[in-house]
Amino acid sequence: MREEIIWKVGGQQGEGIESTGEIFSVGMNRLGYHLYGYRHFSSRIKGGHTNNKVRVSTEKVNAVSEELDILVAFDQESIDVNYHELSEGGVIIADAKFKPENPADSKADLHAVPFTEIAKEHGTALMKNMVAIGATCAVLRMEVEVFTSIIQEIFGRKGEDMVEKNMQAMQAGFHYMKDSLGNEEESLSLAAADGEKRMYMIGNDAIALGALAAGVRMMPAYPITPASDIMEYLIKKLPDVGGTVIQTEDEIAACSMAIGSNYAGVRSLTASAGPGLSLMMEAIGLAGMTETPLVVVDTQRGGPSTGLPTKQEQSDLMQMIYGTHGDIPKVVMAPSTADEAFYDAAESFNIADEYQCPVILLSDLQLSLSKQTVEPFDLTQVDIRRGKVLDEVKEREDKNAYFKRYQVTEDGISPRVLPGTKNGIHHVTGLEHNEEGRPTEATQNRKDQMEKRMRKLDRLVERFPNPVAVNAPHEESDLLLVGFNATRGAIEEAMAELEKEGIKANHAHIRLIHPFPTEQLKPYVDAAKQVLVVENNATGQLANIIKMNVGQIDKIHSHLKFDGDPFYPEEIYQGSKELLEHESIHI
Amino acid sequence: MSPSTFKDFRNNVKPNWCPGCGDFSVQSAIQRAAANVGLTPEDLALVSGIGCSGRISGYINSYGFHGTHGRALPIAQGVKMANRDLTVVAAGGDGDGFAIGIGHTIHAMRRNMDITYIVMDNQVYGLTKGQTSPRSDDGFVTSSTPDGSIEQALPPMETALMSGATFVAQSFSTEIKELTATIEAGIQHKGFSIINVFSPCVTYNKVNTYDWFKENLTKLSDIEGYDNTNRTQAMTTLMEHNSLVTGIIYQEDRPAYEDMVKGYDEKPLAHQDLALDPDYFESLVGEFM
Ligand SMILES: Cc1ncc(C[n+]2csc(CCOP(=O)(O)OP(=O)(O)O)c2C)c(N)n1
Ligand code: SF4
Ligand SMILES: [Mg+2]
Repeated sequence: MREEIIWKVGGQQGEGIESTGEIFSVGMNRLGYHLYGYRHFSSRIKGGHTNNKVRVSTEKVNAVSEELDILVAFDQESIDVNYHELSEGGVIIADAKFKPENPADSKADLHAVPFTEIAKEHGTALMKNMVAIGATCAVLRMEVEVFTSIIQEIFGRKGEDMVEKNMQAMQAGFHYMKDSLGNEEESLSLAAADGEKRMYMIGNDAIALGALAAGVRMMPAYPITPASDIMEYLIKKLPDVGGTVIQTEDEIAACSMAIGSNYAGVRSLTASAGPGLSLMMEAIGLAGMTETPLVVVDTQRGGPSTGLPTKQEQSDLMQMIYGTHGDIPKVVMAPSTADEAFYDAAESFNIADEYQCPVILLSDLQLSLSKQTVEPFDLTQVDIRRGKVLDEVKEREDKNAYFKRYQVTEDGISPRVLPGTKNGIHHVTGLEHNEEGRPTEATQNRKDQMEKRMRKLDRLVERFPNPVAVNAPHEESDLLLVGFNATRGAIEEAMAELEKEGIKANHAHIRLIHPFPTEQLKPYVDAAKQVLVVENNATGQLANIIKMNVGQIDKIHSHLKFDGDPFYPEEIYQGSKELLEHESIHI
Repeated sequence: MSPSTFKDFRNNVKPNWCPGCGDFSVQSAIQRAAANVGLTPEDLALVSGIGCSGRISGYINSYGFHGTHGRALPIAQGVKMANRDLTVVAAGGDGDGFAIGIGHTIHAMRRNMDITYIVMDNQVYGLTKGQTSPRSDDGFVTSSTPDGSIEQALPPMETALMSGATFVAQSFSTEIKELTATIEAGIQHKGFSIINVFSPCVTYNKVNTYDWFKENLTKLSDIEGYDNTNRTQAMTTLMEHNSLVTGIIYQEDRPAYEDMVKGYDEKPLAHQDLALDPDYFESLVGEFM
């Protein structure tokens, strides 16, 4: 009996791999299993090997694994590319149609199941995904009935007959595989799940839903992988609440439009990836200078330039912190799971409104696109805080004086009025300006306004909920593992493995990247013999930020991966061992 | 409350434009037009780009947003979508709108939001001290084209006609009455209006001067039988006159973007209660289960 199995379906892109993975996963989710799915795909729309790997567990999982138990193959390439992940006892279920061959050094058993033939017998060749799911059920020793409701939802509109045919194809796949397995040991039978109802979603869905919960009404955006799902979700939902998505001509327009909307009082966001963020930098600076609230989502992908558009990377960190010319107050947040992505997305709008500055909500491809199990979101945990927005303004005696939109205040945050408000007229400009927003180059005013803007964030870190997510069972540790965004789960699993060997490991996951939570992280760095910063980039961007803020350069080491794949727990375990044994790391 | 006059749209800021700059008249025409169409200063949001002309948002008593070079239109469209009750006017120079911002200009015209866009076209870069502009004539000598411009001048009105603008007009800054009337018509037009105003730069453009325009411009009102609802006629007339005509060149009745967006609220988004209905939220959560 297993508590976890890892399943993968592979084939040519555009040939139903997605639906096979989706139906299988949703079924498992409804049974109460925890899932973590990661899709490997090429930028090509049709053709090219693609696969969808899903971890199914009775416990929460937050990482992709290098291992594999069951491989469903729709072509020989899927076997050739993936068989090495399978270990002893693993199973390959392949369509008999392409006469699958098990490589000589494969440790897994190959079962040729006539997917296409069975599918045709019960309807059309398209139903081969149902046959494959049925066969999977046989391996897992579970009934296919759990999929009935899903098939009903997908095909119900096409009539009972379609539903029936699909179920029959699934049943047939189940029986064929059951016979093929014979009386083999039930090594891959899966322990029952708790049956709880949970959401199953990608990080981008969580971000979009968080934005909606925060009261967003406008999203100007330009499509880009892996950010597009956010606009595609919101274009379906925003009309329900009176708002809309506008597909702009480019990211400069998207960001500028979002600034215009926020200036006029609407919560508006835009989302993009590295290339789009590069284009937005001037506008982000404008938001900083004009103290206009703004939330921009950056779903990092492989850079530089067009780079690896469909691959995991975390290399936008420095650009997000420093990208804009000049000094502006800016906040960079980095949620690590879909759950955090929802609540952080909602909170990012409060921060933008309260501090009247741009907020970058940083994600990465793995977080944005991995489909994961999440506890149902709780709207009562989301509050809406607009900061210092005045509904009314008293008439001024001096008719020529403007409202002091940039009044120098102790906390640096000035009262704000929305255009349209009586007696609230003021000027907004990216030029240095006085309290009324009128351009001026006077030196004292420059100092006052710059200091006012910059001190707005003085208390942000201490007020920020949980800026560093810490899992530190040890007062003194051999090793502190540090990461941000989607590496959270892989680090946790590596840490558990290290613990088994008696290595004292702590874990700090940075959730607020800028301003940096130095005081919150420092005690754990102090208490560690070595620090290993795990990140998907080539230059150790987070490690450098930590060195800059916390110091203690000698004990801070980097574990870097920039080949486009996410970190596997096994790799972080290996890297940690190497560091502890050799006091350096060369991975 | 007594209706506003153009004086209500004045503030006490002295423009830093050169004496004689065409932009003074544009400033005054906007103030008059705003009063004439019955706006109060707080109803008006004036979004401007960067350039000598871009400073205009600081010289009119209204909500003003002075953005980044070339991006007045995206900002203005964001403002309009957030608060459809505001009258939104965007303004800037020919470099702003036809060089760095040309992409936004074309797409704003296609999109057709209810915004009025006023370009102060002096066929040169004023603020950066006299370089060539996409509006500069062939052979125009500047500090960046010492041997004269060898690029074709961009024809804004023809471009507007081709891009689906629903209100296309041209004017001359000294003709303050015609200019004011044109801006009023632009503001009252439901949809995107582009008004290209010849606004001479007395410092860096010694070719396209006030006298030059007086000699070369033709008023559409002087062309017998001119029908500004006829796009073909608009195009041929522009071509026949080397684009040097003034008046409303073309106007078309087409629903504005805001009126075509599915689900988009009649009530300004900026005035909405942001809290999401818990039942609606539950249904969204349920879709992922
Ligand atoms: C991104 C960027 N590039 C360049 C500039 C410098 N710049 C400011 S205004 C301007 C051109 C001004 O010409 P125009 O738009 O015709 O306005 P005018 O001054 O003639 O009214 C330039 C190039 C800038 N501010 N921003
Ligand atoms: S330089 Fe030209 S455009 Fe600028 S203010 Fe002077 S006259 Fe006007
Ligand atoms: Mg100019």
